[in-house]
Amino acid sequence: MKSIRLNKTTRKNYLTYGLVIVAYVILQLMSSSGATTSTLQGMLVPICAYVVMAISLNLTVGILGELSLGHAGFMSVGAFTGVTAAIAAGNAIPSAAIRLIVGMVVGALFAAVIGFLIGIPVLRLRGDYLAIVTLAFGEIIKGIFNNLFVGIDSRGLHISLLSDKTNLAEGGKLIIGGPMGIGSIPKISTFTGGAILIMITLIIVFHLVNSRAGRAIMAVRDNRIAAESIGINITKYKLMAFTVSAALAGAAGSLFAMNYTTIVANKFDFNTSILILVFVVLGGLGNMLGSIIAAAALTILPEALRQFSDYRMLVYAIVLILVMLATNNDTFKAFLAKFKPGKKKKEEVS
Amino acid sequence: MKKFLAMVLALAMVLAIGSAAFADDAFKLGGTGPLTGGAAIYGNAAKNGAEIAAEEINALGGIQIELKYEDDTHDAEKAINAYNTLKDWGMQISLGSVTSKPCEATSAETFEDRIFALTPSASSVAVVEGKDNMFQMCFTDPNQGSLSAQYIVDKGLASKVAVIWKNDDVYSKGIYETFMAKAAELGLEVVSDTTFNDGNATDFSVQIADAQSNSAELVFLPMYYDAASLILTQAAKIGYAPKYFGVDGMDGILSLEGFDTALAEGVILLTPFNADSADEKTASFVAKYQEKFGEIPNQFAADGYDCVYAYYQALTNANATPDMDAAALCDLMIQQFTSMTFNGLTGNNVTWDTAGAVSKSPKGMVIQNGAYVGLD
Repeated sequence: MKSIRLNKTTRKNYLTYGLVIVAYVILQLMSSSGATTSTLQGMLVPICAYVVMAISLNLTVGILGELSLGHAGFMSVGAFTGVTAAIAAGNAIPSAAIRLIVGMVVGALFAAVIGFLIGIPVLRLRGDYLAIVTLAFGEIIKGIFNNLFVGIDSRGLHISLLSDKTNLAEGGKLIIGGPMGIGSIPKISTFTGGAILIMITLIIVFHLVNSRAGRAIMAVRDNRIAAESIGINITKYKLMAFTVSAALAGAAGSLFAMNYTTIVANKFDFNTSILILVFVVLGGLGNMLGSIIAAAALTILPEALRQFSDYRMLVYAIVLILVMLATNNDTFKAFLAKFKPGKKKKEEVS
Repeated sequence: MKKFLAMVLALAMVLAIGSAAFADDAFKLGGTGPLTGGAAIYGNAAKNGAEIAAEEINALGGIQIELKYEDDTHDAEKAINAYNTLKDWGMQISLGSVTSKPCEATSAETFEDRIFALTPSASSVAVVEGKDNMFQMCFTDPNQGSLSAQYIVDKGLASKVAVIWKNDDVYSKGIYETFMAKAAELGLEVVSDTTFNDGNATDFSVQIADAQSNSAELVFLPMYYDAASLILTQAAKIGYAPKYFGVDGMDGILSLEGFDTALAEGVILLTPFNADSADEKTASFVAKYQEKFGEIPNQFAADGYDCVYAYYQALTNANATPDMDAAALCDLMIQQFTSMTFNGLTGNNVTWDTAGAVSKSPKGMVIQNGAYVGLD
């Protein structure tokens, strides 16, 4: 008979699930009793989207060990395709919840396809090439969406590049308007939808990491030559992790976009990619719970600092540095370690 | 450890110092705008203008206005956060957002929450479209483009025109499209039509060379002043000196740090506000603004100022009291704004249609000796 005592990883995974559910229940109770402020209420969905972004990037950076600087590009793909799908399905599907799901699934699929295509040539390279190519990819995606026009009318979808050549029939509607982005998006994203997406993301990532494939991915990260020598197909496993990461980012982008009435491609620029990378680094590479906490905290922080007015972002940067120093402080780590149950003395927090 | 705790405590204390207590007998007027970042000149100008108006009105002793601006860094996501912060503060009437895209996002919220909003400068059509409680103090973008073409033809400024525009910007594209349509209608010849975007807004040699080789006499620049300043600098370097024609985004070029204002000499722009006007109201506003903020106010400042005064007029006419809730004020304001005529810095006999768009006539301005001078 197997020991009923769960191993360390499993315990930590359940802790993560548990904390997400508890946070959801508390926030949901607070908002239904009117205890949340409008500010917090308005940030719930973007926090969910950023959390999913952070977890998915952590899969690429922390588990696969490749630096990606264009994660916002996948978010962008998901946002634009997902919203287009949700708007196009507007008449056929009356339920907002189902349209949200359709949007997220379509966004995830498109982002996955793009991630796969980008990954095929890039993941064969060694060194820092992925970082540079993903950086370029993010900019290219931005350029494409800034020049893409998509309209819908009774004859179906019309797509044109550079200028509006969609020639919509009467009653038709331009969905993506180039630099104007998408306007009048139905605001169908909900906190519940976001929380469910976080849970699905966690389940997918944890199961991938703890599977045979996940061990192969981490073997590639730890020692490429050793992994290759025992017959692991490096490109295959890299592609697997990268595509899953892209798909999750696409779903998050879709969720994010449908929380606002308008979205432009310039929103998903290099700065957004770096912001998400900051969540991952601050939360700890490979540490999903850390990513969740960092994403939520760093999304709320700039809003909590509003009374500093012009010095807000300066204070934000100082707080970031303090947090980095604190989490790398041995005394502080030892202090935290006291709260971890069943922690073996020999273990070192890396 | 102690040190760390002390730091945390210090931070907590700083965070705890919230905003000061406010009076209950004042109307709470809130707005969002880019107070930091690339578009900060607009946000701060609108805020400063509105502040002066609020101070003047409060000094009169009648209706009291408490004004609060929150930073949105010209981003829709941050604008929603800023708007929600204002809502928590208890905002009763809103100044919307200063820039277009953020205002599109916040106007959907003000529409849903039934808070009346009058934006000083968010000029895209989508801002007011389909919202009965959203009004604009500035022209819509399409309006600016056709007015510009009309102005160039009417004044006989040029027969061959080059256009450089930003193809990933709502504002630039909106003006460009109507400008081209009007130019075709009026027989104005556009000899060079070039674009740039966010990522390559530093080198304009190709666009300038294209305009020069097609011997354009006038270059139309429907863009914000930051890119325009680079075009002026780079054209001067190669010795190309056409006439330049800008729209309200050009306003602010004279207060741009590090820009040689001599290069902007002779630039014509279409804007509803003229800081050099002999008009008494304008002169007093400009003097106050200079005293308080140390610079000459631009159109955005005047728009912000006018917005607060338009509210003052509407609130007075409607006999509104500060204890009314936002929804009640919203209904009163819709009624007032669709029926009243307003005289302000940016135009006389200003009226609004039921869609929320403003009707007023623009003024041509030319930059002479580092200052805006009326062209008419």
